[in-house]
Amino acid sequence: MSRADLRSRPPAATRRPSPLWALGLLHSELVTTVRRWRTLALLGVLAAVPVLVGIAVRIETRDGAPVGGGSGEGPAFITQITNNGLFLVFTALAATLPFFLPMAVGVIAGDAIAGEAGAGTLRYLLVAPAGRTRLLLTKYATVMAFCLLATLVVTVSALIVGALLFPLGELTTISGTRVSFAEGLGRALLIALVVAASLVGVAALGLFVSTLTNSGIAAMATTVGLLITVQIVDQIPQLHVVQPYLFPHYWLSFADLMRDPVYWDDLIRNLGLQALYAGVFGSAAWARFTAKDISA
Amino acid sequence: MAPYESDDAVGAARDEEPRSGRRKAARYAVPVAVVGVAAATIGLVPALADSGDPDLPKISAQQLIEKMAKSDVQQLSGTVKISTDLGLPDLGGLEDGLVSGAGRGPDDGSSADPQAKLTELASGTHTLRVAADGPDRQKLSLLESGAEYSLIHDGKDVWGYDSKSNEVYHSTAAGSGKQREAEPPATPKDFADEALKAVDDTTSVTVDGTAQVAGRDAYKLLIQPRQSGSTVGAISIAVDAKTGLPLKFTLTPKSGGAAVVDAGFTQVSFARPAASTFDFTPPKGAKVTEEKDAAEAPGHAPKHGEGFAGGLKGMNVLGEGWTSVATFDTGAKGGLPTGSEGGDLGGFLGSLGDQVSGKFGKGTVFSTRLVNALITDDGKVYAGAVTKDALVKAADAGK
Repeated sequence: MSRADLRSRPPAATRRPSPLWALGLLHSELVTTVRRWRTLALLGVLAAVPVLVGIAVRIETRDGAPVGGGSGEGPAFITQITNNGLFLVFTALAATLPFFLPMAVGVIAGDAIAGEAGAGTLRYLLVAPAGRTRLLLTKYATVMAFCLLATLVVTVSALIVGALLFPLGELTTISGTRVSFAEGLGRALLIALVVAASLVGVAALGLFVSTLTNSGIAAMATTVGLLITVQIVDQIPQLHVVQPYLFPHYWLSFADLMRDPVYWDDLIRNLGLQALYAGVFGSAAWARFTAKDISA
Repeated sequence: MAPYESDDAVGAARDEEPRSGRRKAARYAVPVAVVGVAAATIGLVPALADSGDPDLPKISAQQLIEKMAKSDVQQLSGTVKISTDLGLPDLGGLEDGLVSGAGRGPDDGSSADPQAKLTELASGTHTLRVAADGPDRQKLSLLESGAEYSLIHDGKDVWGYDSKSNEVYHSTAAGSGKQREAEPPATPKDFADEALKAVDDTTSVTVDGTAQVAGRDAYKLLIQPRQSGSTVGAISIAVDAKTGLPLKFTLTPKSGGAAVVDAGFTQVSFARPAASTFDFTPPKGAKVTEEKDAAEAPGHAPKHGEGFAGGLKGMNVLGEGWTSVATFDTGAKGGLPTGSEGGDLGGFLGSLGDQVSGKFGKGTVFSTRLVNALITDDGKVYAGAVTKDALVKAADAGK
């Protein structure tokens, strides 16, 4: 955040801000976030993953060999890419969801408040009569918009690569039934939305961490570090008692949307868990941010 | 981070709330409250949802068994959760061999082979989906993380599709009934059929109240062996009050602890499943394995009712009812190489079992939570869901 960005923010003419003012704040936040080089670099990395996976699978299966020697190794759905390019979307999301996507969200969320504080721009934002609660909500909305944007970047990139390198058309669900391409596309979009919603929890966690410190780098590192720790804890069988309450535990449940009929149990658990994390860490961030001394 | 000294005053003026320490701390009550509400919801909702046992007209055990026998559910779809804890040492292949009735042919290398796949159910917790529409169209799916294994029976065709490896297994030879028998038991009905076969005068069968399973009212049928040598503690079968379909099957060992087998519907519907459910065409690029000649099929299709050693020749059953012991001769003099002559492997196998001796000679007993097996040094095998003592007694008597 540079001071020049502040110029685009509407001046505060009255003490009581209109609702539109918040939209203006959100708009300016979004533009500032997306225009940053680091955001663009993150999105670029995310867009490159499906390209890499697509080309690798294409080269491996040139002579009709099955993917991974037919052993079923690798991310979910990878063996089905040769059936239908649409499966590249699911494979790319399954490959990026455990780490790339939440890391990108962690960087953006960790930077949200602490970055402003570190650059000394936070108090200028608070000079405008937005109020701390509203500013926090705007920041959280921006991070969530980034969750959706990042997921869509992966989805669209995978869709383009999949369409170029592999056949499209009717696709076979993992239950063995066939659905039309239009329905498959609809499911792909739904999966992208579910994946974006899966990141809401880590976004709230990052925002809370961001209110704890005045250093953007520290907040990002803490968020990504927490993410890695939780992912490791989620893999240790002896800790299975706590695992259902860890935010990444049901992340791969988005694959259940490719069953026919859809198996909703884990999907609903995932969304409920994300809402819980958003509620707990969102309100913790609010408690911290509205009570804290803003010195920079 | 620029440390401006005068900032506190600016901040204080802008703040909407009075800045007392107590007010600040009070805000943290919100996230704590959210956690509390969530914890209470997780803890209380299942307790509240358990609306108590349904009130159903009294029924005798005999009537209930007749109801199950008459049950003719042709169309259903549902989700089954199955947990198995046989307490087997994790030996992979050995486990497979035991549960599939020792009837597995030479490995044909396809991961979509139903025999190979469904024996995975022998340990751990799995979620299955079942759908049926008449005797000719059934589907059984094993839900895995990000993948699914489906076994589809549609008229003459039996398809196995493993989405993880994208492999297809196809057979046409097997008739409808025969193929069903070839599958290891998976649904509560399969298990219940097995259990009812064992019901005779060595068994106490009672109706043990009612229960709610998958949102349906059900009677609980309790089957307990009367004989003391059995390792089976009790078998509880929840039978749907309307259709007579077994909805839940639980087998608890006499030694206590968690159930050895717990299979039950978590969701069930008796509406006709969509026709497309049973419609399968191998996807493009999938590797299709055709079943080999029907001549090989007998070894492939042991009746699971005959127990663990059903596929082996020369099997005898000693005793009756719950304490019956299956015995067969492996023909291998020296039996398992459990002694010193077996080298490293022998020492390892020997360490898994207990050495026993009796009139039959010497042997090794291998124990699980349910099944005990005695392998004598002259190559005879005695196995059954009986205690170790009962096994030795049976071996002595059989000598």
